[in-house]
Amino acid sequence: MSNVPSVIKQIDETTWEIPQTYKKGMLVPGRIIATKKLFDAMDKEVFDQIANVAMLPGIQKYSLAMPDCHRGYGMAIGGVAAFDAETGVISPGSVGFDLNCGMRLLTTNLTIKEVQPKLKDLVDHIFKTVPAGVGCKGIVKVNHQQFDDIMTDGVKWCVDNGYGWKEDITRCEGKGKIDWADASKVSDKAKKRGIEQLGTLGSGNHYLEIQVVKKENIHDAALAKKFGITQDGQIVVMIHCGSRGLGHQLATDYLRTFETAMQKYKITVPDKELSCAPFSSNEGQDYYKAMACAANMAFANRQVILHRVREAFQHIFKQTPEAMEMNLIYDVAHNVAKVEEHRIDGKKKKLVVHRKGSTRAFPPGHPELIPLYKETGQPIILGGSMETGSALLVGTQKAMDETFGSTAHGSGRTMSRTAAKNTIDGKELQKNMEKKGIYVRTTSYSGLAEEAGAAYKEITDVLDTLNKSGISKSVVLLRPIGNVKG
Amino acid sequence: MKHFVFLEDVSIADIAFDAFGKTVEELFEHCAEAMFTMMVNLKTVELTVKREIHLRADSLENLLYDFLSELVYLKDTELLLFKTVQVTLGKDGKEHTLSAELQGETIDRVKHELGNDVKAITKHLFAITQEKTCYKARIVVDI
Repeated sequence: MSNVPSVIKQIDETTWEIPQTYKKGMLVPGRIIATKKLFDAMDKEVFDQIANVAMLPGIQKYSLAMPDCHRGYGMAIGGVAAFDAETGVISPGSVGFDLNCGMRLLTTNLTIKEVQPKLKDLVDHIFKTVPAGVGCKGIVKVNHQQFDDIMTDGVKWCVDNGYGWKEDITRCEGKGKIDWADASKVSDKAKKRGIEQLGTLGSGNHYLEIQVVKKENIHDAALAKKFGITQDGQIVVMIHCGSRGLGHQLATDYLRTFETAMQKYKITVPDKELSCAPFSSNEGQDYYKAMACAANMAFANRQVILHRVREAFQHIFKQTPEAMEMNLIYDVAHNVAKVEEHRIDGKKKKLVVHRKGSTRAFPPGHPELIPLYKETGQPIILGGSMETGSALLVGTQKAMDETFGSTAHGSGRTMSRTAAKNTIDGKELQKNMEKKGIYVRTTSYSGLAEEAGAAYKEITDVLDTLNKSGISKSVVLLRPIGNVKG
Repeated sequence: MKHFVFLEDVSIADIAFDAFGKTVEELFEHCAEAMFTMMVNLKTVELTVKREIHLRADSLENLLYDFLSELVYLKDTELLLFKTVQVTLGKDGKEHTLSAELQGETIDRVKHELGNDVKAITKHLFAITQEKTCYKARIVVDI
């Protein structure tokens, strides 16, 4: 195949290696998880971005890219990199700007037969009650102390204040909070951007989607049952958003701090967006604690939206959310760095695992899993495009062994926003989607065009790669029927 | 001379643009114009609000980064979109200084034709260069 450097070799059916000889300064090789089909279609810019990350001090084993990978800023989207917690670095640009952008999935016991006749009312009601788009204001008014508490306690704050059920807390990655959050490490500017945005979807690729389970799309019925997915036509809801202005401001602040820190610690990087500092340094620790605050706000943001979704269903279907069994399956983070224990050359080691547009994929039996999911493995929510579908999977031991317990986060873009906007008409797309049985509301038609299915890889290709590589196991593919686009 | 051009193949999930200016001041103004053009159809924005900002930084590039980040901050905290931006640059010892007069309007979700929300300015490929006849900046913003 043309324009793939010949040094990049296929190692097995779903693994490609970028050797250290690819670019001067690489400390470890790069690895891409992809079938030949996805690899051939992959944005070639990612090779350089994977190689650049491989140059950061303290990186372990491989600079990794998941099958939904595409070029990002600094680190590719779909990137995973782990650094020695004692001698390695932490890099804000390798976590991303939208800290703890993530997904949550909840079940209902309603079926498409009950929901279809009222679908438009439901989507319209959610569109009205869950703020989205440029300049949207939050639905929960809090003071400065309360906002500090939210940044410290995440989902627990929401539940304590009436926005959710007690069991929602445990059904989130890390129980919906990161313990090392320290609100004093967050600038006033970042707090000011975040304080009025609790309960907002935001914009870009963020969405809230009503989805249907079709019998033929259940890949593992026993696992699906454990997650409360039991019948053909069952309706589920997926929420995708993050820490909004708080995370972005915090990343902006620390990007500048780290540029100065790099001079101090004499670190050079091939792309300014990869600026980093030793994890153990004051700057590194400050960022780590601030990042946790934004992550906790993101967990809380999705929790408040979940609460609104339950209210919307109650309003439209005149039943309580409890009667409709609107249970949270799980909430996973896409953009975070966390200290985790992994085996390197047979020895346990503490690593700072950066996931940017990638998801944790812990296997059955992992000590961090709640009892409910000890046997199944961690639920993974793969957000696809609004036209093609999304998926629920579980983590595996193979992910733990080969990708630092990580997997893909979505289907991954193939077309740039600018190109999509230039070739697709948003209003036309909305009509075509409705003909296909997907009712979509948006605050921006140009924004809608940018999120068209044609701008993304096929979710089934990503699922196929994940199953074949064994770094996660698909449970069910979910098809969209209603979408609120941020 | 075009004020700015959006680039199709530089960034995939975010938006990249090149802005141009005969002077560095004009370059800064056109970067702001490009950014607000992504967020709103500027024809739908009136000049009802005025703001002034003053910034300083250790390099011209950092000053541009801080300037655009400040506009994003004002959009999120005060819901302001600016249609006209007038920039004056200076030097104070080793530091570069900026004063900007901004005019625009508070976001009105009915009146304004809104587009993408710019959430942050990245440093990916971030550069100011002097071309033959003008100054050029390449910016990638997070969407």
